Amino acid sequence: MADVRRSDEGPARRWSWTDPALRSAVIQVSLALILIWMAWSFFANAQANLARQGIASGFGFLENSAGFGITQTLIPYSESMSYGRAFLVGLLNTLLVAVIGIILATIIGFFMGVARLSQNVVIKALASAYVEITRNLPPLFQILFWYLAVLSTMPGPRQSWRFGAQPALGVLGDWSNAIGLAGLGDWFKGLSAGMAAPGVFLSNRGLVVPRPLFEPDFNIVLAVFAVSVVAVFLIARWANKRREATGQQFPTFWVGLAVIVLPALVVSLALGSPVSFEFPELKGFNFVGGIRVIPEFVALVLALSIYTAGFIAEIVRAGILAVSKGQTEAAHSLGLRTGPTLRLVIIPQAMRVIVPPLTSQYLNLTKNSTLGVAVGYPDLFAIFAGTTLNQTGQAIEIIAITMAVYLIISLITSALMGWFNKRVALVER
Amino acid sequence: MTSTNIRTPQGLVYVAPAELIAPEPAPPSSRGAWGWARAHLFGSVSQVLLTLFGALLVIAVVPPVLRFFIFDAVWTGTNREACLPQTVGRDVGACWPFIWAKWNQILYGFYPETERWRVNIVYVLGIVLLVPLLVPKAPYKRLNALAFFGIYPLVAFVLLTGGNVSMRNFVLGSFGLDFGLTATAGGLFLSFWVQFAVVAALVAALVASVSPFFGTARSDAAKSVLKGFAVFGLVLLVMDVDFGLQEVETRRWGGMMVTLVIAVTGIVASLPLGILLALGRRSELPLVKYSSIIFIEFWRGVPLITVLFFATYMLPLFLPGRFTIDGLLRVLVGVTLFASAYMAEVVRGGLQAIPKGQYEGAMALGLRSSFMMRLVVLPQALKLVIPGIVNNFIGLFKDTTLVLIVSIFDLLGVLRAAFTDPNWATPTTVFTGFGFAGIIYFVFCYGMSRYSMMLEKRLDRGRRH
Repeated sequence: MADVRRSDEGPARRWSWTDPALRSAVIQVSLALILIWMAWSFFANAQANLARQGIASGFGFLENSAGFGITQTLIPYSESMSYGRAFLVGLLNTLLVAVIGIILATIIGFFMGVARLSQNVVIKALASAYVEITRNLPPLFQILFWYLAVLSTMPGPRQSWRFGAQPALGVLGDWSNAIGLAGLGDWFKGLSAGMAAPGVFLSNRGLVVPRPLFEPDFNIVLAVFAVSVVAVFLIARWANKRREATGQQFPTFWVGLAVIVLPALVVSLALGSPVSFEFPELKGFNFVGGIRVIPEFVALVLALSIYTAGFIAEIVRAGILAVSKGQTEAAHSLGLRTGPTLRLVIIPQAMRVIVPPLTSQYLNLTKNSTLGVAVGYPDLFAIFAGTTLNQTGQAIEIIAITMAVYLIISLITSALMGWFNKRVALVER
Repeated sequence: MTSTNIRTPQGLVYVAPAELIAPEPAPPSSRGAWGWARAHLFGSVSQVLLTLFGALLVIAVVPPVLRFFIFDAVWTGTNREACLPQTVGRDVGACWPFIWAKWNQILYGFYPETERWRVNIVYVLGIVLLVPLLVPKAPYKRLNALAFFGIYPLVAFVLLTGGNVSMRNFVLGSFGLDFGLTATAGGLFLSFWVQFAVVAALVAALVASVSPFFGTARSDAAKSVLKGFAVFGLVLLVMDVDFGLQEVETRRWGGMMVTLVIAVTGIVASLPLGILLALGRRSELPLVKYSSIIFIEFWRGVPLITVLFFATYMLPLFLPGRFTIDGLLRVLVGVTLFASAYMAEVVRGGLQAIPKGQYEGAMALGLRSSFMMRLVVLPQALKLVIPGIVNNFIGLFKDTTLVLIVSIFDLLGVLRAAFTDPNWATPTTVFTGFGFAGIIYFVFCYGMSRYSMMLEKRLDRGRRH
């Protein structure tokens, strides 16, 4: 190139049109000029447009009274509180959907991913059907389906579906009667009649579950629980060290479970059960007591976790398939059975392939939670970009804040999963 | 058979038996249908339980679904009476007459009835041009692609909107330089075309003056700019001519038509932008690189709905007050920005997959970097990422449903509106509507994903020599 030829003539470089440094300077300066011009014209236009519409810009509106109610609030909120408080309520609602959705989606997804690799053709076919159907239907379609077609057509509170020990025993009794075991059936029926009312109702008003009531003594149980968790952590470290030193296995999981559950249980029994449950009861046309989960939340969480689980299943399947067959064979030849092989050899290696795409699925689920606006779930987007925007008209500030929040959630999730990924990544010598 | 002996310099090391021992047949338990069933259905207790569980699930789900959609369904009728259990006298499944009654809305939205032939032409033309493009063996690929990506959008635009955009101002007009020409000739504003010619000449001169920076001859640069303006002018001319078609506002568009318009425009418009961003992200110039990265990460980090809200409520504020942009166009802008960020990442993957030798080979031939990209790297990279682009398209197709939230009635929106029609309010209407929409979305998305897998296999085979 031109440079090379010139370098023969000596260190004194003459000015040239096609000098790469000059060219890159020209490109960058013109790009900078274009960007500045765009930013300036956007700013100037926005100023002029807002002035014409008589909208004061700025974030002062956040302190004004909101004046609208919200159907689901995790923190105390009333109509007289500020838009800022409403924003916080919405943010918490969004995070609630995201966290529960992510947990559910991960469980279903791992289950379906493993099922798709099953030897059993029936299970395999079912899992494949699940994956193909859920992945190929738009998420908004699924949300509306659960909301409009399933939950809205559920019976009213009086005929609601009941979940709990009592209805389950009743069903068992019916089954026993149906197959001719009348004695057993009657026994089940009797047991069912003697039980307390069922705890969980599903109707077109949503899901109703018992509300735990904590007495002051419960703090002691909590403290015991916290100590147990620390103890389990220490036991796990000790077991790990001993295994590395001597090769002896320690049943960490079962011991840990016992350490966490038993002391807390014993203490709480000794204190006379400081937790009681307020069971929902049908009074008149609706339920009294308990925690009511609004149908919008049920539809949104169900649809999002089922949709995302389809993608997670494929990620898990690909991850497991990416571990070479030799690893399974080697584990088998060491005498490990199928379960431990999967748990100790295959899954840890598959995680390396699984984690990065899993992160983007978690992010997608969080971002898709905005679709709740279609069914009226009061998440950040519905409260802020929906109601607040309509009331105040502060389009620029509100959309900027909303976008920024999702961007920050995305960045934090990526960072966390990146950290986790680094921990499980293959350390090469 | 003679014995196979292996000799090495050290002497004879292995003497194979003269007669190979015939392989034993596999044990009966692993042969035939019985063996297959043992391996796949009931080899162990847990297998039997799993099979039973699966079979129960199938029995619980499949017959009721079939009964609902086929055996118990009502197929003919003119209103809700036909689908009520009281009139039919049995349990009623899907109410298909509801779908027939709403069929026109599903296809065209609220497009005027007398003008629907225009939409039909667009549909048919699209299929005629698209099918040969998708069949790998069909000839004239280049011509076909040009027709589909170059000419078809223009034809579709004129047919769907009615064309005759009556353009009065080009760039100069907004500075008050409209040359005092207000005359029209053949429905065209002369002032606009004079401005257009002047701007073309000015830009060509500007480019010619800076072209030496990029090592291009001044005349070549000016010529290519003029060519670009000529093509652009041709496009504007077609939009400007009055073909005598009635104007149909986008407010009246809806149904399948809007779903397809948004998905296709999004993917076609985001492709060039995505390629530019991907190249920008790999650029060595820091400003170019970081502005591309920020753009991509920003649009990928926010939900599509916020993008649609951005386009609907915020974009108009950013534009000069005299511009009023059509609602659908705003959404298209938002979708394009969003899709281009995803497209950029797909293309970047393709660029990274090109071996370094290809870059070095191109450089060794003395190609400048723009030519290296255009002639050597991009064609290979784009070919590699075709499946990724198809997957993007599937995502976009599913995402078009979100426009419902900014009050544009796509397929799902039209159906949702139809649910509220009291003429068709029956207990099964909602399920019928969802079943129908589900089938349509499934057929499209599943079909496309199979196609992308097929392409992946084909391209993979092509790479293995």
